[in-house]
Amino acid sequence: MSLDVIVFGAMFVMTLGAGLAMLFARNAVHVALLLVLSQIGLAVAFLLQGAFFVAAIQIIIYAGAIMVLFLFVIMLLGVDRREVLDEPLRGQRPLALGLGVLLTAQVLYIAWRGVDLAFAGTGEAAIQEVNSDPGNVLGIARVLFGRYLLPFEVTSVLLIVAVVGVMVLTRRMYPAAPNVDTDIPGTEAEEVAV
Amino acid sequence: MGAIADFLGGPDVVIAIVKVVVAFAALLVATLLTIWFERKVIADMQARIGPNRWGPFGVLQTVADGIKLFFKEDVRPRYADRWTYGLAPVMAAVPSFLAFAVIPFGDHVTVGGERVDFIVSDLNIGVLFFLAAGSIGVYGVVLAGWASGSKYPLLGGIRSSAQLISYEIALGLSLVPIVLVTNSLSTVDIVAAQAGSVGNVDLFDGTFLQGVSELFEVIPNWYIWSQWPAFLLFMIAGIAETNRAPFDLPEAETELIAGFHTEYSGIRFALFFLGEYIHVVVISAMAVTLFFGGWNGPIVDEFLPWIWPVGWFLVKTIAFVYLFIWLRATLPRLRYDRLMWLGWKRLIPASLLWIMVTAVVNVNPEGVDEQTLRSIRLAVFGALFLLVLFVVAKGDPRLKQVVTPERPRSRRAQKQGVKSGSS
Repeated sequence: MSLDVIVFGAMFVMTLGAGLAMLFARNAVHVALLLVLSQIGLAVAFLLQGAFFVAAIQIIIYAGAIMVLFLFVIMLLGVDRREVLDEPLRGQRPLALGLGVLLTAQVLYIAWRGVDLAFAGTGEAAIQEVNSDPGNVLGIARVLFGRYLLPFEVTSVLLIVAVVGVMVLTRRMYPAAPNVDTDIPGTEAEEVAV
Repeated sequence: MGAIADFLGGPDVVIAIVKVVVAFAALLVATLLTIWFERKVIADMQARIGPNRWGPFGVLQTVADGIKLFFKEDVRPRYADRWTYGLAPVMAAVPSFLAFAVIPFGDHVTVGGERVDFIVSDLNIGVLFFLAAGSIGVYGVVLAGWASGSKYPLLGGIRSSAQLISYEIALGLSLVPIVLVTNSLSTVDIVAAQAGSVGNVDLFDGTFLQGVSELFEVIPNWYIWSQWPAFLLFMIAGIAETNRAPFDLPEAETELIAGFHTEYSGIRFALFFLGEYIHVVVISAMAVTLFFGGWNGPIVDEFLPWIWPVGWFLVKTIAFVYLFIWLRATLPRLRYDRLMWLGWKRLIPASLLWIMVTAVVNVNPEGVDEQTLRSIRLAVFGALFLLVLFVVAKGDPRLKQVVTPERPRSRRAQKQGVKSGSS
């Protein structure tokens, strides 16, 4: 048994196990941590394909930044007690079930056709080829900033709009607070305890 | 020996295992020495003696402390979250070790026909790996704060997640100019690009200042000369990443008792500090690798030629560890809002600006003559200069007065009446 197979097995168990455990964990922080674990598992999967760049980005962005923000929110809002199991939308569960089945079917189809779809039937050799000559950092850069430049830029505009929108919506409009500290003679601004 | 090597999967695997074990042991020893060094240096700066009982100059003090911590009772608070409480110290220590994997600490040596490079793993995305390890390291502090089931640690944990996320961005952006200049994400390539001397400065050739040109032959070709803004940004963000003074808000003892590790004791407590000191060593080593030529040094003798680069690397790294200690002994802690202000409003724009400058200067498109290129560069520099002038002239209101959000007015202000509303 080669080393690759062992690593793949470990990755498989880790990613899938963490994903399943996530569904059954009660505590929101535990759920977030298990999600981190399954994302690290995915990074290992990318490593096995020789996609070092994607693996590093997976860890930096998802495991390192987004999930830390998740935890930050969970800790800040204190929603780590108990989950509310009511349905805010009627018919949510049947709909979720239907869409879940659809998604599973899609995933299975991709897994079945898999590499053939992406590389026109050349499998392992195609992966080697993609990762070899320019390396996958350059390869991704060429695809992202060449062929898919427009979608890439549109996505970034979308994100900026979302951020600006959140800032506008959450900004409290109170009149400028009178600055009590600076008007008192002899009071240094820095010394005021808040 | 051969049989063992074959069993493990050939000499490559054996070399990898040996490297990992050696790097692990070296980092542990480095931690022991760094803690001792810190206590000695700070004691010296504060006119004290510092540890002087165990071993020569008290160098074994950390070993004694470690043994004490190891045998201490392991206390877990009643409201602590069991699994997360145990996981947090490990998450704090392990990523620091991982980050060292991509730091080249010497040239190479040939053992029995096999070339052994002095780096645990020469990944072609080394710089990104360093950032990834740093971003995972955030979990240690955050989880410790939450899992302790206590107020002060929680405050420390929340502070640290905000702080580390903010400064991680600046840290990542400060590395981009180096990558742009080197055209590679590999730390080995970055060190290789800094070999030799500045050299070929022909500005003074043919004049009486010929000697000045020769002087440039001596100056090493380090990135610090051209990339000093990136270096400053890297160091500030790097110190913030290690949670040390003046950025030690997550464990601010005057406000939060001990912050995220208030409830920890014994070996778990020791793991946090193992992580922190290794992080200090790793950030120092990374600064050396990126800006100070890595293991390149002026003298490489015939006697044991492989040990000289390692020596140069160590000397430079120790200098940076000293800088860390010096800062801790000198600077007071930043206030929380000032920390955020510095991170988001100064470091990130500054690093973006510097990336632009570096990109423009290094761009070399084909089909564009040098004259046009120079004009473009000048125009961009001019625009940036005006921008900087504008920002500096505008200043920041926080530097002049305290901007207070909604809060009850102080009694003193109420006595003063309506006068306070006129600002």
